[in-house]
Amino acid sequence: MNQDLSYVRQDMLVQQTPPVTERGLVKWLRENLFSTPMNALLTVLGFVAVVLLIRGILPWLLNGVWEATSLSECRAIVAANAGEGAHGACWAMVNERWNQFIYGFYPRELYWRPTIAFALMFVALAPVLYYGLNRANAIMVGVVGILLVLALVGVGTDGQHILLAAAIFVALTAVAWIAPKKLVWMTAAFPFVGFYLLWGGSVWGPIGVLAGFAIFAGVWLALQRAAGVVVAAGIAVVVAAVWWLVIQTTVTTFIAALLPVGLDAIDSDQFGGFLLAFTIGVTAISASLPMGILLALGRQSDMPLVKTLSVGFIEFIRGVPLITMLFTASLLLQYFLPPRSNFDLILRVIILVTFFASAYIAEVIRGGLAALPRGQYEAADALGLDYWQAQRLIIMPQALKISIPGIVSSFIGLFKDTTLVAFVGLYDPLLGITKIVRSDTAWKGIYWEPYLFVGAIFFLVCFSMSRYSMYLEQKLKTDHR
Amino acid sequence: MAEALKKMTVSDEVAIQITAMNKWYGTFHVLRDINMTVQRGERIVICGPSGSGKSTLIRCVNRLEEHQQGQIIVDGTELTNDLKNIDKVRSEVGMVFQHFNLFPHLTILENLTLAPLWVRKVPKREAEETAMHFLSKVKIPEQAHKYPGQLSGGQQQRVAIARSLCMKPRIMLFDEPTSALDPEMIKEVLDTMIQLAEEGMTMICVTHEMGFAQAVANRVIFMDQGQIVEQNEPKEFFNNPKSDRTKLFLSQILGH
Amino acid sequence: MTLAVEAPKESFRLSQLIYDTRYRSYTIQLIVLLLFLAFLLWLTNNTIQNLAAKDKDISFNFLWNRAGYDIDQQLIPYTNDSTHFRALLVGLLNTLAVAFLGCILATVIGVFAGVLRLSKNWLVSRLMTVYVETFRNVPLLLWIILAFTIFSEAMPEVKDFKVTQEIVDSGGSPAASMTFFDTVAITNRGSNVPAPLLTRPLGGFTVGGIPINLSVLATIALLAASIWVNAGLRRRAKAVQEATGVRPVTWWKSLAILIIPTVALLVAMGLHWEIPGFATGENGVSKGFNFIGGITVPHSFTALLIALSLYTGSYIAEAVRGGILAISRGQSEAAYALGLRPGRTMNLVILPQALRVIIPPLISQYLNLTKNTTLGIAVSYLDLKGTLGGITLNQTGRELECMMLMMLIYLCLSLIISSVMNVYNTSMKLKER
Repeated sequence: MNQDLSYVRQDMLVQQTPPVTERGLVKWLRENLFSTPMNALLTVLGFVAVVLLIRGILPWLLNGVWEATSLSECRAIVAANAGEGAHGACWAMVNERWNQFIYGFYPRELYWRPTIAFALMFVALAPVLYYGLNRANAIMVGVVGILLVLALVGVGTDGQHILLAAAIFVALTAVAWIAPKKLVWMTAAFPFVGFYLLWGGSVWGPIGVLAGFAIFAGVWLALQRAAGVVVAAGIAVVVAAVWWLVIQTTVTTFIAALLPVGLDAIDSDQFGGFLLAFTIGVTAISASLPMGILLALGRQSDMPLVKTLSVGFIEFIRGVPLITMLFTASLLLQYFLPPRSNFDLILRVIILVTFFASAYIAEVIRGGLAALPRGQYEAADALGLDYWQAQRLIIMPQALKISIPGIVSSFIGLFKDTTLVAFVGLYDPLLGITKIVRSDTAWKGIYWEPYLFVGAIFFLVCFSMSRYSMYLEQKLKTDHR
Repeated sequence: MAEALKKMTVSDEVAIQITAMNKWYGTFHVLRDINMTVQRGERIVICGPSGSGKSTLIRCVNRLEEHQQGQIIVDGTELTNDLKNIDKVRSEVGMVFQHFNLFPHLTILENLTLAPLWVRKVPKREAEETAMHFLSKVKIPEQAHKYPGQLSGGQQQRVAIARSLCMKPRIMLFDEPTSALDPEMIKEVLDTMIQLAEEGMTMICVTHEMGFAQAVANRVIFMDQGQIVEQNEPKEFFNNPKSDRTKLFLSQILGH
Repeated sequence: MTLAVEAPKESFRLSQLIYDTRYRSYTIQLIVLLLFLAFLLWLTNNTIQNLAAKDKDISFNFLWNRAGYDIDQQLIPYTNDSTHFRALLVGLLNTLAVAFLGCILATVIGVFAGVLRLSKNWLVSRLMTVYVETFRNVPLLLWIILAFTIFSEAMPEVKDFKVTQEIVDSGGSPAASMTFFDTVAITNRGSNVPAPLLTRPLGGFTVGGIPINLSVLATIALLAASIWVNAGLRRRAKAVQEATGVRPVTWWKSLAILIIPTVALLVAMGLHWEIPGFATGENGVSKGFNFIGGITVPHSFTALLIALSLYTGSYIAEAVRGGILAISRGQSEAAYALGLRPGRTMNLVILPQALRVIIPPLISQYLNLTKNTTLGIAVSYLDLKGTLGGITLNQTGRELECMMLMMLIYLCLSLIISSVMNVYNTSMKLKER
């Protein structure tokens, strides 16, 4: 055993490529598709499914016709292009009825109004969505402005209104760039601006309602020191209610007679398509937020009565299907409201949908509240903050932030559910508008295309929102750490 | 330093007066017949085994916990069910928690100015000046615009102390301020507390830092099973404990 | 030492109602109560006035009047001479049928899709992602309508199944043929499926107008008994395992206990299937205009069931995936390191933990599915909403009563489902500790 144990390497080995089974496509295939017999079987089954699906649908899509005036013309073109017996989609219908799917029966020359309102919605959301990223706000407002101008040109708006829209967005972008916090005022004003743009009528109506809120705030601030937060709020609500219910109409009618400023009034019958879906969805979700917060706080309350009422409301709403709520709006509200009070079906639907959404939002926020450590409440108490101050300054900012993904998914659910308003006679994009399109003799018998088209738009909106909420979730996990 | 502290006079003015106080959690008698007077300028350390009710006692002083019997008078205000009294006491008494309880969604500066702005209704500019003053005092003025999550534990606790000080409290309560900290960070917090003591702040401190007690306190209170078992000057307390329970506790805590 | 303040005054001041923590909550609750009562009073008052103005009253007597309309899917006997109440029952049973089957189907689909989405197989996991995202982001209503459209527009007509004289003469076959080994005929009107028939049925009786079939009852009872016996067998096996360390092999015993008695009973009762088809004359030429024999399942039911299951399945898949992901990889690695085989690891370590995470969202998906059955009105499926809240409401004009009753029933259904599942959930939780 006289072996020399010492060893010195003379030349260093260069890096070598792995054997063929361990690299490139082969490795990827082996690991991802054929790692076990079971996996191989699944791969083959999946592959067959994909192929069958593509073979069934692809020719139909490829043979699609974009320019035609009726279904029979479509079929004729398909037969001419792809041979007798071939199937082809008739997108010409979408091409022709596009505006109706988006705007319903809104007057064509007024399309700029809902379009601007839609763009302003993004500006109003900016402080919420891009909280803390100020420059991003300005960039987004600018991009929305450019898209808006393009869209306005697309729907054939007159130059005057395009200029108006451009001016508004240049101003807003400037505000977002210089003083991003000021955008919050846009958020606060949006409900009134949006309502005014959509429904039109005298400008004094929305201003009157806004004045009610101003009165509420004024009275509350004036009395807060003397009477305490809750009592002051109570008195302010009463005063504002008196204004809204008793005084406002007289005053606004009077001013409107003196200074008739306004846009053409639009009847609710003229709403339809995605305009209607967005109007109901966005209004209901934003209106349900304050209500949901109150319900969530009520559910957490130590006071048995408040707690019972909140739980009862939440569980009742969550226990019945949305359709029954919609039918309540269309059939039952006339029994519950004072005689001869008769208001718009869309408004009634929005109120009931808001109730519906608020119960779900309340549960989302309850989850957010539960995620906060007890120490936050104690620290707020020890500093001498009262209940409402602690909620407003400490608890809610944190709880709401945690709840944003939940709120977004509630909105997605609600947005999809707006299709149900078709059952109470409104023209939602899925059933309502499609029914109108199909009752046109030119398009009689068309069924795949409208459903696919509407489905695709819903998918785009909902999918992007859900991805956005996932991004937010990720961001919140790492924020401030 | 410690010598300077020892020489500091304690005024005759009563800061906190607790008489015949009892508290129950359900049927569990957590505080039993507590009688205690704290003079203005006194620095009191409360120690005792876990579950002895020491945290509960100081949480009663600003009514984070409600007592069922007896009387607690803080700075001339009796703690009753009256919300106005509770608000008054809470704005006069600062509290530092074991887990800091900073507000994670606000910057350090916002954490400090929140209560002065909303409770004391101080103008924003003044509140910020005060905040910066106390931040420099706890030696982290450069962190003012960071968020609590970006600071170390010791820094967070010092911010929490500064947050309480911004309310210009006349009494400070410390609830195990160093228990959640890594050893190397304990000193920076204790230094801040000692500095506070030197300025004559009335302090009640629940802690296991016996070195701190010996150096700073002018009275040590030992609690067990919800009652005050022994209280004395630190020197006497540590060198010559009277009660068997105290001896046992001290042997366990100092025994190694 | 002197006390800083004198003893508090015992006299009661009005400001104490707001500033005293003892009375404050009572004050607020009293105000809330008063507001709530005022609101109720306002509602009631309005309702009374409105009813008076329309010359109506509140009465549920209409439930006992003749309904006068037909329901094509009826799980209990019903004709248009039956009462509105019976129509309500038929509708409720239709709701329950589609909800029950939907929950089972959605769970199966959801568990498969959720597990496969986590699979290492690239193609399969991508396909499942596409399925989940497509179904979650498009309204359920669209899926229901689409499913119904596929059935009613793309399926052959009844006459395509007929064998005519010409076909016999030319030696060809009819335009459409039956699927599933010639047992199911899917036409554009409905699916004709085989009907189970018994040659020696046990008979039955009726309770309050609802017929009880003894044969079905006996089968269910026997099945339940088998499951109970099987549970006993498993307990025995566990006891043996604990005593000796070796677990006796039970799977074939379980299988036998679960299957044999039921099959034996069914054979004893003479179970056979009646396959739908045309009456055949000479040379195999079909006679008549429709299938005879078998059961015709309306497409409204099938489409609703399929759409609901696929839609809810995509949500359940996400819950399942989330539940499994929530269990850290460390858990399975620890189990493998202890020498447990993958199957055992899944049963003993992963599932008990994952189920705790999965069950709460599962409950809410079951609730959603049950509530979503109301969308059946889009395809004229006569469930509770279609009968009580649809035709009955329109015929009688009793909006208030019908809507109230319907909401109450749905509320009860939801509460029952959530409480049953909650009981199960708590038992799961207790088992772990």
